[in-house]
Amino acid sequence: MKNIIAIFQKQIKDTLKNKSVLIEFLIFPIMSIIMEYSIHIEGMPEHFFANMFAAMYVGMAPLVAMSAIISEEKEKNTLRVLLMSNVKPAEYLIGVGCYIWIICMMGSCAIGISGGYKGKMLLSFLTIIGVGVLVSMLIGAAIGTSSKNQMAATSLTVPVMVVFAFLPMLSTFNESIEKVAKIAYSQQVSILINGIGKTGASAENAVIISGNFLIAVVLFGYAYKKSGMA
Amino acid sequence: MKGKERRIRMEYVIEMQDVVRNFDRKEVLKGVNLKVSPGEIFGLLGPSGAGKTTIIKILTGQLRCTKGASMILGQDTGALEPFVYRKMGMMMDNLGLYERLSCYDNLKLFAKIYQVPRGRISEVLRQVDLADAAREPVSKLSKGMRGRLALARAVMNEPEILFLDEPSSGLDPQAVSMIHQLIKKEQERGAAIFLTTHNMEEASKLCDHIALLNEGKIVEYGSPKEICLRYNHQNKLQIRLLDGRNVALPNGSMAADEVKDYLEKEMVETIHSTEPSLETVFMELTGRRFE
Ligand SMILES: Nc1ncnc2c1ncn2[C@@H]1O[C@H](COP(=O)(O)OP(=O)(O)O)[C@@H](O)[C@H]1O
Ligand SMILES: [Mg+2]
Repeated sequence: MKNIIAIFQKQIKDTLKNKSVLIEFLIFPIMSIIMEYSIHIEGMPEHFFANMFAAMYVGMAPLVAMSAIISEEKEKNTLRVLLMSNVKPAEYLIGVGCYIWIICMMGSCAIGISGGYKGKMLLSFLTIIGVGVLVSMLIGAAIGTSSKNQMAATSLTVPVMVVFAFLPMLSTFNESIEKVAKIAYSQQVSILINGIGKTGASAENAVIISGNFLIAVVLFGYAYKKSGMA
Repeated sequence: MKGKERRIRMEYVIEMQDVVRNFDRKEVLKGVNLKVSPGEIFGLLGPSGAGKTTIIKILTGQLRCTKGASMILGQDTGALEPFVYRKMGMMMDNLGLYERLSCYDNLKLFAKIYQVPRGRISEVLRQVDLADAAREPVSKLSKGMRGRLALARAVMNEPEILFLDEPSSGLDPQAVSMIHQLIKKEQERGAAIFLTTHNMEEASKLCDHIALLNEGKIVEYGSPKEICLRYNHQNKLQIRLLDGRNVALPNGSMAADEVKDYLEKEMVETIHSTEPSLETVFMELTGRRFE
């Protein structure tokens, strides 16, 4: 436990000075606040920008942050030093993971509030996102773990992140994309968010998100076995 | 069985027996044997590419050996128990510092992991003369300062074994002498130190025992003095007389009278035996120069 807390605290200090990761956390909450308060178009659905940016946030921020942090630690050899001081790989992942999860939830809170979510609705909004962030983090961890350095990680992160982050938005414009996009957790997150207070969660949503979660776990396990943590 | 527990007096803190390590099909270590006693400074010398870092990585559990046995504190390095990690400190050539964090915060992370009191952070920072730079981010430090910070981190948990991979390479003389002082201090505290270097002078000044590693094989082992004496083929006495003459005599009883004569006549300015330096020993052994 002390190791998890130590890693968590290290991550707070480090990320405050890491502009490229910091911007991942801030960009969508800021965009959402600006758009929600400045743009009002007749007939626009409720929470339009908040929902759109929330889905993108889920697909992008946790994935990029996790992959960037792990691959940097591998490249700079800091992760190895941690493991050699008897920090367990699980402790490291939980410490960094908790940090990213909490930051993303704070960001999502800002997105939700800017979109007018309140009370129970806000809670549903955050619950859905909380699960989505977890899947994204696992995918990011798999990429970070399998990469030797930041360059290698980025070249994998960008296409993966673009697919998951932009599928929900593209789906609103194109029906055939929407059909395929359904199998992605980020699209499911988007569907669930847009159904808050209207449709509720179905078995299909749960199965697809769990399936994505399991695939991410397997991918991470494979990356860990193949490359190790450090 | 607790009652039958053997009382092990640890004779060696580090032991390697016939260690072979391959990378792909290339044999990098070709049967390495070495032993390090508690509390000694052991120097592994060799040109770059000899396999020094590979040996440290095997000893610290970062790499497995392909063949042979490798032990640290009586434990197989292929499956180190947590207690071993707590008893070792290390500084690898890739220092592994958090660039954006300050010196102090880099150490604070490890103070928490090792559960040492906060006061220890300032203590080790003072020991490596980085107290004034405590709040500087690592990205602003010079190479020498980074090395010292990594060293401070390595000794923070008062390890029983300290691994130092080329601790002084590329540093200015002042930083080197500070590192040497700290190494000596760690030895006085009771730590065994395993260091690699390609600096002969450093090795002969600092180490109790050294092993010369060349192309994955240990080609010579002993105290620096022993090794030099072993290669002392010429074995001459050099006498410099006050009148400026240089006299070379065989180092043996047959020269006794002549030496006595010079001494009685108070003609001697200096007298010393000619011993090869480690550098010449190494060149003789391998036919090449250190880079
Ligand atoms: N991970 C690796 N993969 C392939 N070859 C390696 C690897 N690590 C080291 N080597 C090779 O092993 C040899 C010894 O390397 P190293 O132990 O780093 O030498 P030293 O530290 O003495 O300079 C070198 O020829 C190097 O190229
Ligand atoms: Mg080396």
